Amino acid sequence: MINYLFKRIFEMIPTLFGITLISFMILHLAPGKPTDVLADFNPKITPEARERLEKMYNLDKPVIVQYVLWLNKIVKFDFGESFSSDRRPVIDKIWDKKQPLTERRLFITFMLNVITMFVILVIAIPLGITSATHQNTLYDRITTTSVFIGFATPSFWLALLLMMFFGVYLGWLPISGLKSMNYDSLSLAGKIIDRINHLILPVFVYAFGGLAGDSRYMRSSMLEVIRQDYIKVARAKGLPERIVIYRHALRNALLPLITLIGLSVPGLIGGSVIMESIFGIPGMGQLLFMSVMTRDYPVIMGIVIIVGFLTLLGNLLADIGYMLADPRIRH
Amino acid sequence: MKTSLLRNIFWKRFKRNKIAVIGAIIVFLLFIIAMFAPLFSPYNQNDIDRNHILEPPSFKHPFGTDDLGRDVFSRMLYGARTSLLVGFVAVGISTIIGIFFGSIAGYYGGWTDRIIMRFIDIMLTIPTFFLILAVIAFIGPGIWNIMVVIGLTSWMGVARLVRAEFLSLKEREFVLAAKAIGVSDKRIIFKHILINSLAPVFVSAVLGIAGAVLLESGLSFLGLGVQPPTPTWGNILTLGKDNIEIAWWLSVFPGFAILLTVLGYNLLGEGIRDAFDPRLWEAEQG
Repeated sequence: MINYLFKRIFEMIPTLFGITLISFMILHLAPGKPTDVLADFNPKITPEARERLEKMYNLDKPVIVQYVLWLNKIVKFDFGESFSSDRRPVIDKIWDKKQPLTERRLFITFMLNVITMFVILVIAIPLGITSATHQNTLYDRITTTSVFIGFATPSFWLALLLMMFFGVYLGWLPISGLKSMNYDSLSLAGKIIDRINHLILPVFVYAFGGLAGDSRYMRSSMLEVIRQDYIKVARAKGLPERIVIYRHALRNALLPLITLIGLSVPGLIGGSVIMESIFGIPGMGQLLFMSVMTRDYPVIMGIVIIVGFLTLLGNLLADIGYMLADPRIRH
Repeated sequence: MKTSLLRNIFWKRFKRNKIAVIGAIIVFLLFIIAMFAPLFSPYNQNDIDRNHILEPPSFKHPFGTDDLGRDVFSRMLYGARTSLLVGFVAVGISTIIGIFFGSIAGYYGGWTDRIIMRFIDIMLTIPTFFLILAVIAFIGPGIWNIMVVIGLTSWMGVARLVRAEFLSLKEREFVLAAKAIGVSDKRIIFKHILINSLAPVFVSAVLGIAGAVLLESGLSFLGLGVQPPTPTWGNILTLGKDNIEIAWWLSVFPGFAILLTVLGYNLLGEGIRDAFDPRLWEAEQG
């Protein structure tokens, strides 16, 4: 098992390299030098500022040298300074050590994804199991149809509709941000309720997208398992159906879901751009959106690399989880 | 003789699948709407009318008007054109790239295969939407740019699929026979193997259009996709967000159009997949 783990971590190294290489290729996608593009959009760029850029990416040197020098900084988590007027280091924008943990962008996006994943699993697992055990009934057909509609629903449209209904029409829920203006004056209980109120809509919309796929996956995984011989044996020896399903079948049907969680991480994080922009949530997705709008290249590159790295880490964790859960792999 | 028999089976099975037929009808209607958008639109899609801004739906404007007084119904008809164009071109690009890498990896195996598969893993590690936005930041938004970018970032599934088909087909007798009589690699790849693995590629392309339409509308909604005044469902939704407190029609109709389109392609794709699947044939006959 330890050997497998080492092998897995060792395999991550070329992938990590690849992520930096792709990001570096994007940097050189723009027609001409990256500095030219910036100059086009911002004609007032001073010669000094231009010099600063060329220095940051060593654009006067050969491409290979540029890459190596840049990589050398990346491994030290030095992504350079933002092009915006505050000139803050990119890493400070993503993970601001001066702010409390709950205000840091990376933490916000991370927590939002964890909560969403939790909500998805809590709903998708029972939904998948029940539609598998009731295969070809009206209930199964309704959930299957809902899944198809869920797949096709653009999340940002759902967000707009819910904001319109619960936020504007009924006025029950806030439609923007993670806390109210008067947050600091609230009691502890008030603060918690305020946080939850702000999370309901984003988490619901966010989870809705993943729900369809995961419940479908759970259903087919369950269908696969209940066809196996050991389930027939369990039934044949007269165990009640409830025990057969929830004790014998469920454990085995849950295994592939661990892989699915790992695989769905990139999609979920990718969705954070639109979700955070709509709901005004100050996370990584919103930062990426703002940086793309202002063409703040160092921030964009930093985010792409960090998110790629975290996804890789997520996949590794999913593999380890699978290994711990499945004795066939553990031994 | 044999192909026409297969075709008959395919159609019989496809027609029996009601959901797939619904998908086909939706897709067909979308084609008609996109093709004849000028005929169906009551107004010019870009005509500004300052006296009738943000009017709710009425007999004159069935889907209301936007913040510049443009007729939303007409703009949505043209939006069907945009989404169709983006969907087809983007999927065309991704399918060609996917077939290229997938067939090379599957046919040659060894190091070629290992390098291509590792490259695919890397591409899948960076969330697609982040990758797309990063590229857009450098090359700028616009309809042609986003088609290319969506195409360049969504070929990995096709490549894996084609590779798997190649791995199973390349050891079959007809390929070995072709090799034995000295047929060139290029000819074997295209004429012997690829032709036999087109069915799943076709299915994944149909499903891919649904994904591309969703991506395009998301990008346009953020203002980073197709740029106004070219109408798309995504950029009408942006206006819906900006006017969320006063103009529900700007949000409701375009979003529903996206939903129907994506649903149509998904149902059609699944229907074709089931109709092609020989395992299901046997299950039905036996």
